[in-house]
Amino acid sequence: MTAPILYDVPGPKARRRIRIGTVVGILLILGLIAYVLVKLAGNGQLEGQRWAVIFDPRSSVPQFLLRGLVATLQVAALGMVLATAMGALLAIGRLSDHRWVRIPVTTVIEFFRAVPLLVVIFAAFLLPPTFGVPISAYAALVIGLTLYNSAVIAEIVRAGILSIDKGQSEAAYGIGMRKWQVMTFILLPQAIRRMLPVLIAQLVVLLKDSSLGFIIGYFELLRSARSLVEFFRVDFGDQYSFQIYVAAAVIYIFVNVILSIFARWLDKRLARSKTSPEGEALPLTVEQFSAGGGGATTP
Amino acid sequence: MGFLIDNFGLFVDAMGQTLLISLFAGLLALVLGTILAAMRVSPVPPLRGLATFYVEVFRNTPLTVVFFFIIFGLPQIDTVISPLPGAMLAVGLYTAAFVCEAIRSGINSISAGQAEAARAIGLTFSQSLREVVLPQAFRTVVPPLGNVWIAMVKNTSIAAGFFIPELSALLPRLANAAADELIATLIGVVIAYLLITLPSAYGVSRLEKRAAILR
Repeated sequence: MTAPILYDVPGPKARRRIRIGTVVGILLILGLIAYVLVKLAGNGQLEGQRWAVIFDPRSSVPQFLLRGLVATLQVAALGMVLATAMGALLAIGRLSDHRWVRIPVTTVIEFFRAVPLLVVIFAAFLLPPTFGVPISAYAALVIGLTLYNSAVIAEIVRAGILSIDKGQSEAAYGIGMRKWQVMTFILLPQAIRRMLPVLIAQLVVLLKDSSLGFIIGYFELLRSARSLVEFFRVDFGDQYSFQIYVAAAVIYIFVNVILSIFARWLDKRLARSKTSPEGEALPLTVEQFSAGGGGATTP
Repeated sequence: MGFLIDNFGLFVDAMGQTLLISLFAGLLALVLGTILAAMRVSPVPPLRGLATFYVEVFRNTPLTVVFFFIIFGLPQIDTVISPLPGAMLAVGLYTAAFVCEAIRSGINSISAGQAEAARAIGLTFSQSLREVVLPQAFRTVVPPLGNVWIAMVKNTSIAAGFFIPELSALLPRLANAAADELIATLIGVVIAYLLITLPSAYGVSRLEKRAAILR
């Protein structure tokens, strides 16, 4: 249902009211923006020189933020690859015919979906040293992101595999394929095509979650911004703090919006080029799985 | 095990903080999210634009960054907020975007005939939304909203990085104070989270069955 079904094509009276609403709405938004700007200007946050520092290579701010972004992308990429591989295995395990595989795998998946990511990361960071194994913040972050997201991705993959028409696997069995052949040659390739948009949406979530490295002291984008602020504080006080935080936030939003747009574009493209005759809607949507940053326990 | 019993009060206090943040943030997110969803389907373009902008920004910003702006950024516009309300605000504002999307998908799932019928009997936009569309939409969005709620409870753990003694914050704290009891601490924290999320999941599934509309 698209929006216009909720209201009639506006007549002259309604058009006038909408116009009034538009004006009032714009005024409200402008008022809010103006309030923030006035407050910021009152504190001198809008001076050009304060913002120039972000783009000035001599201040080493751009290099620092860039290094932070690279570190963030590095963790996210590694975490995504590992989590996808592990998630696919877990999904296949959960769909197994053997109870001794299915039950433990299901327990693992449900456990990691019920526990906050930060707890998993803390565990990966704090536990190994108690057994005498030193671990870097980077490794802990990657392990935490991988374990947590593999459980989420396992559910995505499972939904993808289950969404494939039953006739596909029946036909494959019919021509004498084995179970693993049906999975690797018939089900997974089709499932991955369907899951791709959701997987990319999950990548956005993972990228956002990598900012938790901030809390355990990994120098990703947010931590870099924070240390820049602390570095400048020695000489300049909080003169540049706000600007650096804004820069970090804008970088996050920029990268994530691009990925989100890509996911949606892919979603549309795949939906259009779908060759299956039944043309039924995908049981997977990008929105369904990215509920508030990370998977949630579905009963 | 003895360690957990000795520090039982500590865990209960921490769980209380987590629940407190969750409840108030959840309330804020539900109210704000519903308003945003109504704005996104409204006939007034700037309202639609504003809500879309809000959702896009908050869905693509890490919650940690939102916390940053509430705790360290708001003082720059002369609004100092103490950590606990700050955490509620941060989690609430962030989650509102997801609530909005869940409700909007619910609105979209209501069959067009319902809205057409509402209009045909002369209801205005706000009336048809209030009396016909939203009550049904809320029913269909029980499962996604439940997921958002559970994800939000887990997301409150990020407050640990911003001076709030909630459940996750116990881990680094007790890791320093009682290093050899780390596994016990971990088990305690996980159990405390499960005590919140598992009943929530059960409640959502009960609610889902009761709210389901037979079509």
